[in-house]
Amino acid sequence: MMHLGDVNYFEPWWIQIVKALVIFVVAFAILPMLTIYERKLLGRFQARYGPNRVGPFGLLQPVAEIIKFATKEPSRPTTSIGYLFRIAPIIAILTAIAALALVPWGDVQDIFGTKVGLYGIDVSIGPLYVFALAGISFYGIMIGGWASGSKYSFLGAMRGAAQLISYEVSQGLALVGVVITAQTLSLTQIVHAQEGMWFFIPQFAGFLIFMVASFAETNRSPFDLSEAETELVAGYFTEYGGTPFVAYLFAEYMNMFVVSGIVVTMFFGGWLLPFGIDPPGWVDPIVVLVKMMLFVTFFIWIRATLPRLRYDQLMAFGWKVLLPLATLNLLGTAIVVAH
Amino acid sequence: MTPYDPGADVIEVVRQPPPGPVAGAYRIFGATLRGLKTTFARIPEGPVTIQYPEEKTPVYPRFRGRHKLHRFETGDPAHPGLEKCVGCSLCAAACPADCIRVVAAENTPENRVSAGERYAAVYEINMSRCIFCGYCEIACPFDAITMGHDYELSDYTRSDLIFTKEMLLAEPIERSPLRAEGE
Repeated sequence: MMHLGDVNYFEPWWIQIVKALVIFVVAFAILPMLTIYERKLLGRFQARYGPNRVGPFGLLQPVAEIIKFATKEPSRPTTSIGYLFRIAPIIAILTAIAALALVPWGDVQDIFGTKVGLYGIDVSIGPLYVFALAGISFYGIMIGGWASGSKYSFLGAMRGAAQLISYEVSQGLALVGVVITAQTLSLTQIVHAQEGMWFFIPQFAGFLIFMVASFAETNRSPFDLSEAETELVAGYFTEYGGTPFVAYLFAEYMNMFVVSGIVVTMFFGGWLLPFGIDPPGWVDPIVVLVKMMLFVTFFIWIRATLPRLRYDQLMAFGWKVLLPLATLNLLGTAIVVAH
Repeated sequence: MTPYDPGADVIEVVRQPPPGPVAGAYRIFGATLRGLKTTFARIPEGPVTIQYPEEKTPVYPRFRGRHKLHRFETGDPAHPGLEKCVGCSLCAAACPADCIRVVAAENTPENRVSAGERYAAVYEINMSRCIFCGYCEIACPFDAITMGHDYELSDYTRSDLIFTKEMLLAEPIERSPLRAEGE
């Protein structure tokens, strides 16, 4: 007989709800900041200021833009398929938020006598859950592009589908190396397994493969072929405007945020600090957030640097370079761990 | 007619063999790192943007902006000197855009406006037509018209862009910063 405690549901039900709300609110407070952060930083990388007109240093730009998008007239092409067209951005944003629940922000803390785990859920199948949600999130792109009934959306959706399928394999294989090393699938346990050494040292090849595949998975430059604004207008969300457009935009930023969280958890020791520094428990979420922001910065830095790949280069790179490397890395890890 | 034979026109290019997967991946990695360095180096340099309404692009001393008409200097603002323009219409004749209109009138002892025999009773420059070529400045035998440095000339109506003699004679507001020596 399984008990809820066995699957880490040791908390009272109301704590689950409070945690979900806190994570949701914090995430949605961070997303607009991420957009302005990206635009400001991108500007600096390109020797310009970025938005600096709305509010002090242009920091109120996201507010202005949210108001702008929210007040736009909802419209859709006559060729679009109504309910699918409306459902697609919802799928995209919901899966992105659901994946955020996995990121562990800290260990189990004792808050006023109640044990609270500083994470959304700690499932015993951590990485699988992430990949399941990534698999569903690509329906957001697929359906959105297809239901728009326009050629650019369709092309973007097709490209996105092929790209996500190709790179998900390498991404998964890169994580299996970590899972073998840590001997567990629970994300908090994986963090605990890194107390001696963060996994990006023994799994450096896996880390590089995962990073490259993550750029493809989040549709970020240089793998943003499904958006490809220079060729396909805006790719799969060409026909979207107003709030559905914001949903897609936020889903993209949320994916970037979640992937950064997964990288931090799997390779950079989650809430752990190097050199034996052991701060009190309430510092943990800040440590994780700072590490995540470093990776978000790296995502932006890459976007400012690399041009978009050609489609055949993307496919050749995914299947001929990344996948063999990921397989070799997995084999090597398996042999070393088995000894 | 025989088809074109390239023959000796074609220069053979020796191409390197395409890199294999390992060499290719190494090259991509190195190129990526160099690219990251290039973009990162822009951050300490800071933006090159000129924040236009607050900051302005400095102009060179010989920049050709809004025109000025001149008087002889007296050093006394209460008694301004005579106008240099004698209403000869040479500027209007030189103007390729045909934007200058001069109507001359005779100076009389009671009403002496310029140093010459005649003066410009009407002197209008249509700024919406002017191409800022500076030919009027060259054509003028008395240096009565010169090009200033002001380049902010937009207005709401076309008629507002016809500058009259009074506007051109008035001391212009120098809004454009001058480029420093050697810049």
